[in-house]
Amino acid sequence: MTLDYETLKVIWWLFIGILFIGFAIMDGFDLGIGTLLPFIGKTDEERRVLLNVVGPTWEGNQVWFVTAGGALFAAWPQVYATAFSGFYFALLLILFALFFRPVGFDYRSKLPDPRWRNAWDWGLFIGGMVPALVFGIAFGNLLQGVPFHFDTDLRSYYTGSFWGLLNPFGILAGLVSLSMLIMQGGIYLQLKTEGVIAERCKKAIFWSGLIFLVLFLLAGLWVAYGVDGYRIVSMGKLDAAPNPLGKIVQTETGAWMDNYNYFGWLFMVPIMAIVMTLFTILLSRLDKPGLGFITSSLTVTGVILTAGLSMYPFILPSSSAPNSSLTIWDSSSSYMTLKALFWSTVVFLPIVIMYTSWVYRVLRGKVTVKKIRENTHTAY
Amino acid sequence: MISEEVVDLSRLQFAITALYHFLFVPLTLGLSFILAIMESSYVMTGKQIYKDMTRFWGKLFGINFALGVTTGLTLEFQFGTNWAYYSHYVGDIFGVPLAIEGLVAFFLESTLIGLFFFGWDRLTRVQHLVCTWLLALASNLSALMILIANGWMQNPIGAEFNYETMRMEVSSFAEVIFNPVAQVKFVHTVAAGYCTGAMFVLGISAYYLLNRRDQAFAIRSFAIAAAFGFAGVMSVIVLGDESGYTAGEVQKVKLAAIEAEWETVEPPAAFTIFGLPDQEKMVTEHAIKVPWLLGLIGTRSIEHPIVGIKDILEANEQRIRDGMVAYGLLQKLKSGQQDDKTKAQFEHYKKDLGYGLLLKKYTDNVVDATEEQIHLAKKSTVPKVAPLFWAFRIMVASGFAMLLIFGIAFYASSTQKVMQYRWLLWAALYAIPLPWIACEMGWIVAEYGRQPWSIAEILPTHLSVSTRTSGDLYLSLAGFIGFYTLLFIVEMFLMFKYARLGPSALHTGRYYFEKIGGSA
Repeated sequence: MTLDYETLKVIWWLFIGILFIGFAIMDGFDLGIGTLLPFIGKTDEERRVLLNVVGPTWEGNQVWFVTAGGALFAAWPQVYATAFSGFYFALLLILFALFFRPVGFDYRSKLPDPRWRNAWDWGLFIGGMVPALVFGIAFGNLLQGVPFHFDTDLRSYYTGSFWGLLNPFGILAGLVSLSMLIMQGGIYLQLKTEGVIAERCKKAIFWSGLIFLVLFLLAGLWVAYGVDGYRIVSMGKLDAAPNPLGKIVQTETGAWMDNYNYFGWLFMVPIMAIVMTLFTILLSRLDKPGLGFITSSLTVTGVILTAGLSMYPFILPSSSAPNSSLTIWDSSSSYMTLKALFWSTVVFLPIVIMYTSWVYRVLRGKVTVKKIRENTHTAY
Repeated sequence: MISEEVVDLSRLQFAITALYHFLFVPLTLGLSFILAIMESSYVMTGKQIYKDMTRFWGKLFGINFALGVTTGLTLEFQFGTNWAYYSHYVGDIFGVPLAIEGLVAFFLESTLIGLFFFGWDRLTRVQHLVCTWLLALASNLSALMILIANGWMQNPIGAEFNYETMRMEVSSFAEVIFNPVAQVKFVHTVAAGYCTGAMFVLGISAYYLLNRRDQAFAIRSFAIAAAFGFAGVMSVIVLGDESGYTAGEVQKVKLAAIEAEWETVEPPAAFTIFGLPDQEKMVTEHAIKVPWLLGLIGTRSIEHPIVGIKDILEANEQRIRDGMVAYGLLQKLKSGQQDDKTKAQFEHYKKDLGYGLLLKKYTDNVVDATEEQIHLAKKSTVPKVAPLFWAFRIMVASGFAMLLIFGIAFYASSTQKVMQYRWLLWAALYAIPLPWIACEMGWIVAEYGRQPWSIAEILPTHLSVSTRTSGDLYLSLAGFIGFYTLLFIVEMFLMFKYARLGPSALHTGRYYFEKIGGSA
């Protein structure tokens, strides 16, 4: 296999997938813990325990999102352009919610006034819950296709509205994402804490895991029997210069199952997501949150892959002009750019993972109320 | 046709969010190195006071860094949300340094910042020092990537238009990376950051010295800031970024505009220190000029002329006419008439396609543009002179004022006479806003001066926007202004609180407010 254009287009589907999975695993538990903050942290000190579980590492985790965004811009410029301008208010909502986090973590414990601290705690809750929900809603809308088309200059026109995103399937997908990330946050929190906080985590993992399973199965059935999938009927050569106007696409209920029907073994992916969730709940009960974090991360991986594989090779299907849909074949960057990015990623991503692992090793160990009291002026 | 209101609002939103982000970035760039220097002193001498300095200034660094990260997110995504056509048109090149910035620099910076604050007891001294240095280097590497991207907007080399994909595509990454405009911009910008970090530490240390508290702490901080700031301000002024104005046509227009050089004069040109530029009449009234100076700083020679605005406009008219031909040929290619002759003609004219696109502001049908529309497009190729003229002069004046302060401060601290010059301490305190003024003005010169282009000579700003409505823009703009104002108030409140408190904020029991049982 050589690195020809066609291969690179597929590799970049995988790489963008890896970056988003990395984001969902790493920043996912930060978002989940943000969501759990008011429920698991009942007192100021308990909340500070939660904040200091996340505090030293959340910034690095957020860079998965920034890098995924940058990679989207560089590798799939038309997807970045169309999706971000189309999902304008949804994206701003995520952005504004995320704004609470840097200032929330850094500023909250700098003043003792409980009103000040409570206000930032709610900010941090919003900063966790809203992105977790809205990312899922966006994904749910990708699966249904969104209304956009291009003119011959390839300027994109989005004809939907923000409220249109909040359709039943979109909201279901949002809740799948939220419950999944609460589980992911819960298991990491259990790993990093002890006593009453860890006990509350177990409860949160049990319920969020269960809810996730039900919603995930429901979403799967809905995709198979209710959602209009997309299918390429004809298109030019796969290694051609990318232009999304040169293909014919049809929609049909159940077309998102094409890949699964063709390659039956792909069903292993959603099955993995389900089994790993059960393991996570079990491992949490058995006080093995370290292993549980791995199984929960595999759930996250499985869920994103399940959706990605069912849409492949589509990235952003258009419901109003299906032929304008963006696929991996016709919305990528030029060969030279994909290749340069490929080598940069192959070299640097492992380095990132190496030093990130080192930092987590340095910071290992549980965060406790006692430690917060000892370091009350330096801790978050 | 794209609504002018949407274009203006999109520009306003970008300017506000970028200028706001740029309040925090220079301090991060400079202060991170100052922290690394302080901590190096700690590791080398073993003196606790240098560790306290690193930790206290680090606390202020953290308050600033939080907002830098917050507001940086906006910029990473705003190209997509508000400049969708731009993103499609140049993502192939412009997106690459942004992606690599995340991968190579921002990851490192953000992963290590946690260890900087929480790693003191978990790392050896040397390990922690390495983290701090890497933090500083990574933030500067970030700046390099961003300025490679920005340099390409100013002087877009190493890329070609591809009519099949209707966008610019990279032809040489080496040219993009080693773009001379990007390189000088990088040096100029990070050096401006060093001045910012240094003035911040210098001014706040001066405040402690004026109040005669924590003198040992403050005088050491003052000395490091003075030396670092003096080196920084010398780099900003000597290396400057004037040399960048000779590369690329639009950079030349910018130079002519900031100098209000209406005519091409016999070299070397004089520098207008003061005057009232009148764009309609194309003259500068009440001008006070210094002979030779502009020619020297603009071209580094006495033979090369600085091209005046009038000559630039004449040359641009021809390019607009050629651009109309290029646009017509592009329409043929798009409609499927892709014979070798059309392709060859298009290859010949395509370097002026961007000038043809300027007409899109006035007519959808570029090829039939009227003489009046061509005239309007021609006039639009030079940005408004007065704001650039003044922004540049304010920036330069701030720079020289800082040179004076850092110079005297450096002299005073090397001769150990800091406490004798109370006026110097007052000057340092009140000079704290100067680097920020200079940085913001510099941004305006660089980016406002690039107009009417988002990518010089390739893509006009007004074509670059997303297809959103002005209602959407008003709503998002209101959101940003509201949110950012709130964050600014909170940030300034904490910054002032901790700066006033000084090293007592560390609760070590060694500093002023703790000794007298003050309000720590």
